[in-house]
Amino acid sequence: MKPSEAMRIAWEAILKNKVRSVLTMLGIIIGVAAVIIMVAISAGTEATISEQITSLGSNLVFVQGSFQRGGPGQIPTGGLVYDDAAAIQDNVSGVVSVVVEQNSSETVKVGDVTLENVELLGTTTGFPSVRDMDIAEGRYFSEKELERKSKVAVLGSTIAEELFGDENPIGQTITVGNTKLVVIGVFEEKGLVGNTDFDSRVYLPISVVFQKFIFNPFARFMGDNIRMVYVEVDPAANLDDIITQIELLLIKRHEVTADTADFAITTQQDIIATQESTTAAFRSLLAWVAGVSLIVGGIGIMNIMLVSVTERTREIGIRQAVGATPSDIRIQFLTEALLLSIVGGLIGIFVGVGGSYIFGLISDMRTVIQASSILLAFGSAAIVGAFFGYYPANRAAQLDPIEALRYE
Amino acid sequence: MTAQQTIIQTIDLTKVYGMGDVSVAALKGVSVDILAGEFVAIMGPSGSGKSTLMHILGCLSHPTDGRYILDGEDVSHMDRAQLAAVRNQKIGFVFQAYNLLARTSALRNVTLPLLYNHANPKTLAEGDEKARVVLELVGLADRMNHQPHELSGGQQQRVAIARALINDPVMVIADEPTGNLDSHSGEEIMGLLHVLHQKGTTIVMVTHDPKIATHTQRTIHLLDGLVDNVVNNGHDVAQVSDLRYKEAK
Ligand SMILES: Nc1ncnc2c1ncn2[C@@H]1O[C@H](COP(=O)(O)OP(=O)(O)O)[C@@H](O)[C@H]1O
Ligand SMILES: [Mg+2]
Repeated sequence: MKPSEAMRIAWEAILKNKVRSVLTMLGIIIGVAAVIIMVAISAGTEATISEQITSLGSNLVFVQGSFQRGGPGQIPTGGLVYDDAAAIQDNVSGVVSVVVEQNSSETVKVGDVTLENVELLGTTTGFPSVRDMDIAEGRYFSEKELERKSKVAVLGSTIAEELFGDENPIGQTITVGNTKLVVIGVFEEKGLVGNTDFDSRVYLPISVVFQKFIFNPFARFMGDNIRMVYVEVDPAANLDDIITQIELLLIKRHEVTADTADFAITTQQDIIATQESTTAAFRSLLAWVAGVSLIVGGIGIMNIMLVSVTERTREIGIRQAVGATPSDIRIQFLTEALLLSIVGGLIGIFVGVGGSYIFGLISDMRTVIQASSILLAFGSAAIVGAFFGYYPANRAAQLDPIEALRYE
Repeated sequence: MTAQQTIIQTIDLTKVYGMGDVSVAALKGVSVDILAGEFVAIMGPSGSGKSTLMHILGCLSHPTDGRYILDGEDVSHMDRAQLAAVRNQKIGFVFQAYNLLARTSALRNVTLPLLYNHANPKTLAEGDEKARVVLELVGLADRMNHQPHELSGGQQQRVAIARALINDPVMVIADEPTGNLDSHSGEEIMGLLHVLHQKGTTIVMVTHDPKIATHTQRTIHLLDGLVDNVVNNGHDVAQVSDLRYKEAK
C-alpha cells in the first residue's frame, strides 16, 4: 500500500471515530504538554537563579558569622565583629573593598502609617555596589554620614510605596522605633533574591544600627557583632589564597581553631555550585515525570488501539478477504497509531506552549519555552506511538480472515 | 462445447477444524474440476461443508490436506501474504452477508480491492473510472456515493458484486449470495450473475434453492464433507443465458 493511501485510510478512520481518537490522543497530549511545561519551568528557574547570581555582583567572598555557644549559663561568644572587616581589608592582600551588614527589626511610622517588624539593614557605603542595587531617587549615605552616625535612611521601593504612596519620600522624616530618620534616597525595585525581599527593607548606616537598634552590653569589650562581611576581591588574585588568608586571620583574631571557627566563608562559586546541583536535581525530576507521562500516554494509545482492533475485527476481515496482506493491515494500524500520536503531539505542543505561557503569567514562577523541548517531546511522542502501536497492529495483522469475518 | 481450460482443480481436499477429541472433519476428500467460463452451483444440507469448500476455493483458508490448483498454480501451501495476493487478483468473493465497509460509500467499497493490488497499481482516477464501469454493470451508477445503510439488501449485494469484479478476477465465488434477500431481489442478483456468466466470468455459487441451481450448468451436491454427486443441468453457456431472458419475460 502506498504511504499516501495508508495515511488517507488512517486519517479517515480517525475522523470516523472522533471521540475515541481524542481519548486515544489524550495521554500523548498530556505527555507532550507536560514535557514542554516542565522544561519551561525548569529553564525559567535556572534563568532566574543565574540572574540572581549575577546580581550578587562579581568577585565576592562572603564571610558570615556563626555563634559558638559556650557551656550552659555562659555568654554566647564569638561571631563576626565590626573590626574584623577592617582587619580583613588591611591584612589580606588582593582585597579591593569590604562591606559590612547587620540587621535588626523595628516598627516604622510615618504620619498615621505604621509598619510592624520592618527589617533594618545597617551597612557601609559600598553596599549598593556589591549587591548591585541602583538608587532610583536621592542618594545613598556617605562615608561621613556613616562616621557621624547621621540619622538618615534609604528605602526599598516597596516600603517607600507603603509609607509614602505617591508622595516624594526624599527629605521626609520617618520614625523607626523611637528614632527619627531622614529619608535621603529610594532604591529601584530589586525583587526577591533567594528568600530576601530587598524592596521591603530600610537601609541605614551600620553605625546607627549599633547605636540605636541593637542592645549589646558586651560591645564595649568584644566589639559590635555583624551578620556578614562582603569581601570584594581583585579579579586577578587567587581566590583560594584569599580565603585561606581570611580564615587564618579570623582564627587568630577570634582565638579559635579551625574546628571551632565561629564564622563561615563562602564564595560565589559555592553558591553557583549549590544552585546548579539543586536545579539539576529539579530538572531530572521533571524529566522523569514528563517521560513517565509520555509512556503512560503510549500505553493509552496501545489500550485504545487494542480495543479498536477488536471493534474493527469485521472491517479487518473484509479488507483481508479482498486481498489485504498481513503487512497491509499492520501498516494500516501502525499508521493510525503514528498519526494519532503525531496529531496528539501537535495538540500537546499547543497546550504545552500555551500552558507554559499562562503558567508564567499566573504563578510567580518564570517559564522559558525551549525549542529543544518541543522537538524532544514531539519526537518521543512519535516514537512512543510507533512503539506502542506495533503490538495492536500486529494483533490485527495476525487475525484469521474467516474468523474475522464471522466476528459480530 | 469447445475444449475449456480448467480453472479450479482440487485433489482430495480435506479440512479438519480443531484438534483431538473435538476435531470436526468438514471436508473429507473433495475432488472437483471447474472449467473456465462455467457456472457451477454447490448444494447440500446445512453442515455438509459447502462454506468450508468455498473458503478454500476462495483462498480464505488453507486445506488441511490435499491439493488445490487455481488457474494453473498450486495454492495449497502458499503463505498468508501470497494467498492474499491471489484473492486480490484472481478471485471475487461474494458473501451472503454482503460484508461491505460501514460508513463508506459504494464507490469506496468497490475500489477497496484496488488498494491491495500491489501487482497492478492504479491511480485514484483510474480506479474510480474502473469502479464506475463495474457499478454501471451492476446497475448502481446512480448510487455511487451512498453508504451501505442507505441501500437495500439487493443493492448492497450488487455493490459487493461490483467489488468482486473490480480487479478482473478469473472467477467469482458466491456463498449463498441470495440467502439474505427477498425473492424479488434474489432474482435480480441471479439475473446479474447470469449476465456476468454470459460475459465469460467463471462462477461458483452455493445455493439452497434447487430452482436456482437448475439454471446453472452443473450442480455439485455435497453430503457430509464429500461430493455426493454431480448433476449436469444440460445447459451450455448460450442456453443458460437464453433461460435467463425467458424468465425475465
Ligand atoms: N471454524 C470452525 N470451527 C469448527 N468447526 C467448524 C468451523 N466452521 C465450520 N465448522 C463445522 O464444519 C462443518 C461444515 O461447516 P460449513 O462448511 O459451514 O457447512 P455448510 O456451509 O455446508 O453449512 C460443520 O459441522 C461445522 O460445524
Ligand atoms: Mg454455509
